[in-house]
Amino acid sequence: MSSNLQDGTTAVNIHDLASRLIAAEDARTDILPLSYDVELSVDNAYRIQSEVLLTKEERGEHIIGGKLGLTSRAKQIDMNVDNPLYAFVTSGMLHDATTPVNLSRLIHPRVEPEIVFVLKEELSGPGITAGDVLDATSSVCAGLEIIDSRYQAFKFTLQDAVADNASSALFVLGNEFVDPPKDLSLLGCVLEVNGKQVATAAGAAVCGDPAQAVAWMANAAGQRGGSLKPGWLVLSGGLTAAVPLRSGDCISADFSRLGSVSVRAQ
Amino acid sequence: MRKNQLQEAARRLTEAERDRQPIKPLTQTYEGLDIPAAYEVQRMVIADRIANGAKVRGHKVGLTAGVMREQFGVSEPDYGVLLDDMFLLEGTEIPAGSLLAPRVEPELAFVLDRPLSGPGVTVADVLRATAFVIPSLEIIDSRIQNWEITVYDSIADNASSARVVLGGTATDISDIDPRLLGVVLRRNGEIAETGATGAALGNPVSAVAWLANKLGEFDVTLEEGAVVLPGSCTRALPVSPGDHVRADFGQIGSVGVVFA
Repeated sequence: MSSNLQDGTTAVNIHDLASRLIAAEDARTDILPLSYDVELSVDNAYRIQSEVLLTKEERGEHIIGGKLGLTSRAKQIDMNVDNPLYAFVTSGMLHDATTPVNLSRLIHPRVEPEIVFVLKEELSGPGITAGDVLDATSSVCAGLEIIDSRYQAFKFTLQDAVADNASSALFVLGNEFVDPPKDLSLLGCVLEVNGKQVATAAGAAVCGDPAQAVAWMANAAGQRGGSLKPGWLVLSGGLTAAVPLRSGDCISADFSRLGSVSVRAQ
Repeated sequence: MRKNQLQEAARRLTEAERDRQPIKPLTQTYEGLDIPAAYEVQRMVIADRIANGAKVRGHKVGLTAGVMREQFGVSEPDYGVLLDDMFLLEGTEIPAGSLLAPRVEPELAFVLDRPLSGPGVTVADVLRATAFVIPSLEIIDSRIQNWEITVYDSIADNASSARVVLGGTATDISDIDPRLLGVVLRRNGEIAETGATGAALGNPVSAVAWLANKLGEFDVTLEEGAVVLPGSCTRALPVSPGDHVRADFGQIGSVGVVFA
């Protein structure tokens, strides 16, 4: 595959655009959205994402799962899109919850609570249903994702977000891995910052049902020849609006049936 | 505020509700409407309705979300009185034009099987006094134009109470975690809000304890059989004629309401 692709009237150099994102992450400096000077198709945005991930793999990380973004209807309406987007998580993003996050490694991190799936079987779309997802899931657990868009003020289009691997940075997992409850959409979640409750939500905030979100990813990735692998984690999408992670903060999420998970910033 | 001003404020609220004509914020009309004066206006409005045959069936707690209290610049929630004529049976429609600018809030309703009398009521007392909990919808409405309310207007206006719909399922409170029950609010079948029951003052059991103690300051007891609405699990959802709203509380059931 050529890395120079015709996209609309603009020649898009996938490798150069991926390099911009990698350089921003390395330098912890935010940049203008790619859409500011390039017209991107969704397919080319996913090609940039693959290139970004390839760079991470060349540096010794490996892909350990998937993740979803723009899973809330309110966010989709905000951005005038009808679908979520998917991205991947690497071994370098898994953060040990017992150690504080080093903020100097991040640009402007935010935290969101998520229901995380652990897969025991491959999910290869098209045709994957929420029921297939539950059958292929060995357990679910509580998670907190630390997102960190490489774009200024988290301002981006769907294509920008896809290229930036859905703002991926770090994530932490809770300690309880439980059989997936029948109705994840009614799992309650309370988010606290420094002991103060800032938001509540139910699982339905994620595409109506987090299992539905994972099925969407399996099907959408399937269209591009990808699949969700056995042993992978899938971060199914933020239940609440993301909250900023500041120096000294402790952010925790309590989930019915899944227990709690927390993260600190030094 | 002088007593005749308090009475006049109460009369304006009563007429606004009766005539479906919203009024200017009371705080723009009366100087010195502080929290004690606002509760006195509320007491007068309710006393008038009781004199006309209404019966007290419970209480509601409002401003139970931290963000709301910050917005209003207050440190504690407020409360209102629930009268028998506010309760609607599930399945009956709310007639168009009967309310001014209604909004819907899903709440975990508590029903007491023994009285709670503050001060000194603890969370343990509330758990012991709770016969069961019910999924419910509170329909709030403001007699103040365009919801331009301060906390004083809200308290005087009976904490914006309007209607209550109780679902038909009762659950023992010891069978649930009253803080972490998930709630999904749908308007016309589409998910509008999600939340957890802990959105009410961190835990709705605490909200009921707060209410019992606050009412104790006025020598009011929460009676056996009282229904207590401890605060919303989500943001209030604005509704329009023709909308139907359903709140799903998962294992404890669901409850819906239709706006004709």
